[in-house]
Amino acid sequence: MRYILLIYQNTEAWTGLSQEDKDVFMHAAGDIVGELSATGEWVGGEGLADASQARSTRVRDGVVTVTDGPFLEAKEALAGYCIIDVATPERAEEIAARWPDAQHWGMEIRALMHGGGEEV
Amino acid sequence: MNERILRELAPQVLAAVVRRHGRFDLAEDATQEALIAAAQQWPAAGVPDNPRGWLIAVATRRLIDALRAEAARSRREEAAFVQEPPAGDGDGDGDGKCDEDDTLALLFLCCHPALSPPSQLALTLRAVGGLNTAQIANAFLVPEATMAQRISRAKATIADAGACFEVPPEEGRAARLGVVLHVLYLIFNEGYTTTSGERLQRRELAREAIRLTRMTLALEPGDGEVAGLLALMLLTQARSGARERADGTLIPLAEQDRLRWDGALLEEGTQLIQQTLSWARLGPYQLQAAIAAVHAEAATAADTDWPQVLKLYDLLHALAPSPVVTLNRAVAVAMVDGPRAGLAALDTLDGDRRLASHHRLASVRAHLQEMAGDAQAALAGYEDAARRTTSVPEQRYLRGQAERLRGDVEKAPTAPTVG
Repeated sequence: MRYILLIYQNTEAWTGLSQEDKDVFMHAAGDIVGELSATGEWVGGEGLADASQARSTRVRDGVVTVTDGPFLEAKEALAGYCIIDVATPERAEEIAARWPDAQHWGMEIRALMHGGGEEV
Repeated sequence: MNERILRELAPQVLAAVVRRHGRFDLAEDATQEALIAAAQQWPAAGVPDNPRGWLIAVATRRLIDALRAEAARSRREEAAFVQEPPAGDGDGDGDGKCDEDDTLALLFLCCHPALSPPSQLALTLRAVGGLNTAQIANAFLVPEATMAQRISRAKATIADAGACFEVPPEEGRAARLGVVLHVLYLIFNEGYTTTSGERLQRRELAREAIRLTRMTLALEPGDGEVAGLLALMLLTQARSGARERADGTLIPLAEQDRLRWDGALLEEGTQLIQQTLSWARLGPYQLQAAIAAVHAEAATAADTDWPQVLKLYDLLHALAPSPVVTLNRAVAVAMVDGPRAGLAALDTLDGDRRLASHHRLASVRAHLQEMAGDAQAALAGYEDAARRTTSVPEQRYLRGQAERLRGDVEKAPTAPTVG
């Protein structure tokens, strides 16, 4: 079962952390990536640049508009994602709970859609 | 042609190399390298007179290279000793019985209970099925690096568990065989549930599972569940050409064009299960195959012998109760005793944490509610199920069901008809 773990961070709070705290954070995340790579559960993932640097685009009646910033102005912004392939939904929850951001902000666990299917 | 020969020889070659030198992990890599070398060289140079001997020789050379490299590494690391490869006790050549046991031992090893199901699947496909890592990764829709790690981790886990390369002793063997069959069934389902929108290589998994199950049946002819699983796979695979519309929408069993079912597979599966039921101790795979056989013998959905299906589900429920069995049995109950009885049979599932939130429960309930004439509830149920599924074709089907009912509900909001 493949899941995407969406990492939400409070940008202000993150910026306010000391470099030391940030390093602890990054190491904890790095350890989990290393562990999941070794078990063959890690599919991929990236960190995202600051949400203030986002550009949003819409096309209406063929007219393209591009605006600064993310679609939703929220305190917590998408800061990165991981894609994992695990045996059970419980395992996905366990990994998400261990991700350092889960202790401060939150992780969203979303199943990925797939093209297979069972007829009824 | 070459690929088929190679895939059949793969487990024999690996077993022979492990027998001679131990080190399943390195032997498995060496065998893969020999298979790749053969795939590259044979098309131009021709298949050697003794392909099996050729592969064993190449794999052995690669293994010795790997052992030397490892020894050199440990010398550099000033390790206390260099492990010599253990002396071979048998050559595995020519002795048919020995080869058969070896392939079976390999299957048991790859389906070791210490491994997670995804690891068991991956290792079985590579070591017994002779597929390469890229093919397996492609079939499971993960990057090759992820699959490579999964396989090497699985091999390390087996080594840590101290697992032996041997057919398990009589005691506990049935349980171990149960794990093997489960892995084969999971591989089959990975392939069978593949639709035209997905990578073709995934579909190969169903055929590969059938091939490996045939092989297992030849090795364990006395176990009725192996035959039951093979029959179940054949009877299920027979429907694969009829389960999907040209646009990729799934077609439910009741609406499939039965002329498009594969007659040869149906006949083989039906004969196999009938014959097996006459001698074997009854088991869950045999019962599921028997149910599939009842569907297979009905010329149209309306001709289905539902009382017989229900009887078989009752047996299955008694023998191996599970939420999925309860779910499927409820459909049979509805067909025999009416939709209200079927809905009542579903009620126990609300307490099941895993299934309560599963789209299959919502969709079966919606189907029975529609049968009972409660279009409003059925509509809500199909929509709920559509939100819960992770399958694109299932979601399209469920949304289609909801769409169809929405028309009915809007046309005749107060006068539901009992179907």
